Amino acid sequence: MATTALHDLLARAAQRHPDAMAVEDTVGKPEVATGITYRELDRLSDRLRDRLRVQGVNAGDRVGLYLRKSADGVASMFGILKAGAAYVPVDPTAPPPRNAYILDNCSVTSVVVERRFEQRLRAEMEALGRVPALIVVDEVGAGRGLGDALDREDRGTPVPTRPSSRPSPHDLAYILYTSGSTGKPKGVMLSHENATSFVDWCSETFGLTTSDRCSSHAPFHFDLSILDIYLTLKHGATLVLVAEEIGKEPQRLAQFIAGRRLSVWYSAPSILGLLAQYGNLARLDLSALRLVLFAGEVFPIKHLRLLQDQVPKPRYFNLYGPTETNVCTFFEVPGRVPDDRTEPYPIGGACSHLRTRVVDPEGRTLPAGEAGELCVAGPGVMQGYWNLPEQTARAFLPESQAERWYRTGDIVSEAPDGNYVFLGRRDRMVKRRGYRVELGEIESALYRHALVLEAAVIALPDAESGVRIKAFLTCRDGKRPTLIDLKAFCAQHLPAYMVPDLFAFADTLPKTSTDKIDYQRLKELD
Amino acid sequence: MSHITDTVHEFILSEFLPGEDPANLTATTPLITGAILDSLATIKLVAFLEERFKITIQAHEADADHMDTLTDITKLVTSKL
Repeated sequence: MATTALHDLLARAAQRHPDAMAVEDTVGKPEVATGITYRELDRLSDRLRDRLRVQGVNAGDRVGLYLRKSADGVASMFGILKAGAAYVPVDPTAPPPRNAYILDNCSVTSVVVERRFEQRLRAEMEALGRVPALIVVDEVGAGRGLGDALDREDRGTPVPTRPSSRPSPHDLAYILYTSGSTGKPKGVMLSHENATSFVDWCSETFGLTTSDRCSSHAPFHFDLSILDIYLTLKHGATLVLVAEEIGKEPQRLAQFIAGRRLSVWYSAPSILGLLAQYGNLARLDLSALRLVLFAGEVFPIKHLRLLQDQVPKPRYFNLYGPTETNVCTFFEVPGRVPDDRTEPYPIGGACSHLRTRVVDPEGRTLPAGEAGELCVAGPGVMQGYWNLPEQTARAFLPESQAERWYRTGDIVSEAPDGNYVFLGRRDRMVKRRGYRVELGEIESALYRHALVLEAAVIALPDAESGVRIKAFLTCRDGKRPTLIDLKAFCAQHLPAYMVPDLFAFADTLPKTSTDKIDYQRLKELD
Repeated sequence: MSHITDTVHEFILSEFLPGEDPANLTATTPLITGAILDSLATIKLVAFLEERFKITIQAHEADADHMDTLTDITKLVTSKL
C-alpha cells in the first residue's frame, strides 16, 4: 500500500507490533543499550504533538530539533510531523551561530533543544532578534528525557489530545540545510510525498522484515537519515542509533556492529573505508549483516575490495542522489570486486519512482554515451529551497513547467549497459566524508578573518580521503595569521568537515580577464 | 620538551600542519578542539603512536579528553610505557 502521511508509518507499525523494540540508543554510554518500543514511541510523539499545538504550532509551521542523536530525537520528529509541521534538524556539533542562522532563516515556531545547547541557542537567537518557544530536554536517551520534559510542561498546563494532522502530499515534512555557495546554508524543502515515495521504493528494493536491525549512522540533518529512520520503522524493524562518539572510531564501531547484530548498514563510503582499514573486521562475527548500503561520495575501489574480503556475505549497494531528490539511482555491486578493477562502480540506473535523463547545457537530451548533466523528475523531487525563489528556479530545467526536472549538477554518461557513470561536477561543490561542501561557503568564512584580504578555495583529489581542501589567501599589510589560528578560526565558523586541510599564502591571487579568481590557474599552481 | 613531546610535535607538524612555524605549535595548542586533528587525522596519529612507542591506545582514549594537546598526548603515552 502506498503511504500517505510520513507519520502514518509509525502509527501503523505501532498497531501491528506495539511491543517490538523501535529505537535503541546509547547516548553517553556507548556500550549500554537502552531503547523504546513502538507503543512508547507512538505515545511519546503523540504527547509532543499535543504540546506543540498548545505552544502555537500550526500546520505548515517549522519546528527545530537541536538534540544529540537519540530515541528522543526520533520521537520528536514524529511529534512534529503529527502536529502538521515540518521538522528542521540542526547539527549539534556545528557552530551555534550557524545553527541559529538556520532556525532563524526558516522562522521556526518552536525548537526541541537539549539543555546543554539551550543557553547558547537563546543567546544566538536573541542576537538575531527572535527567540522561538523552546521545549527543553535535560538529557536525551531512550525517550526518557523528552518524556520528563513533557511531564514538567503538563504539570503547568495539561493539554487536550487531538488527532494527528492529515497533510496533503506536497505539505512539507522536513527541511534539510546543506552547504550554500553564497556563504550561507540553504534549506532543501521535502514534502510528505517526497519522503514516502522514496521509502516505498526502498521497501520494494531492500525487502526489510521485523527481525532486521538497521543502523542509523548518519546524523539526523543528513539525508541518509531518511532511509534509516522511516524504512526501518515502516517495517517494524529495530533502528539502532550509532552515537556520535563511536561513529568515527573504526575499532569501536566495528565491535558495535558485531555486538549489536546489525543486519542492515547504511553510511557514507568514507567510514566503511576506515572500517575496512582499521576495524579488524575479519576477527569479528558479522554474520548478521545482510545489506551494506553506501551513498554520498565515490567509494574508492581498493577500500571496497578490502571491505568485501573481510565481510563477504552481504549484498552491497551503491546509492546515489542529492538531498534534493534523496536516492535517485542505484547499483548493486555484482559479487566481489575483481582484482584488476581500478575504476569506481557506476551509480546505476533510475529508482522506479523517478525518471532520469542526461542533458547538454541548453537542456537538450543527449544520446546515450555522451557526457552531460543528470536531471531527475518524479515524486521524490524537492519542493524547492526555503525562501530562495531564484535559486529554486535555477535548480530546475527552464522548459519544465508541467514536469519539474531537477538539475543535479552532476556530470554523468550512460554506459552501454544502461548504467550511469559519474564523471564530476559542473560547479564548485565537492563531497567530503559524504557531506556536501560548497567551496564558496568556506571562502565566505575565511573572509570574516580580520587579516584575510582575499580567499580562494580549491579541492584536490586525494587517493586516501577522496579530496583535500586547500585555501589560498592574501593578507592585509602582509600580516599572516598562523595555520593554527586559521584552523581554529574555521572551526568556530564552519562544521568540522568544511575546515580546509591545507593553507597557502600568496601576494596576489591569479585573476581572469574579467578580474574573477582564476581557479584553473590556482589548481595548476598547486 | 621531552623526547615523546618532540616526536609528536614533529609528526603533527609534518602531517597536519605543513608550512607552519614549529614555534607556533606549543604544548597547550588545542589540537582536536582547534580543528588541527579531525577524525581521520586522530586515527593516523593513534596508529603512529602505537607503532612508534609500542603501546596500545584504547578506542575511547582517542578523543579530546585524552589527546587535545601535546601535554595530554605525552601524558597518555608516558602512562603506557
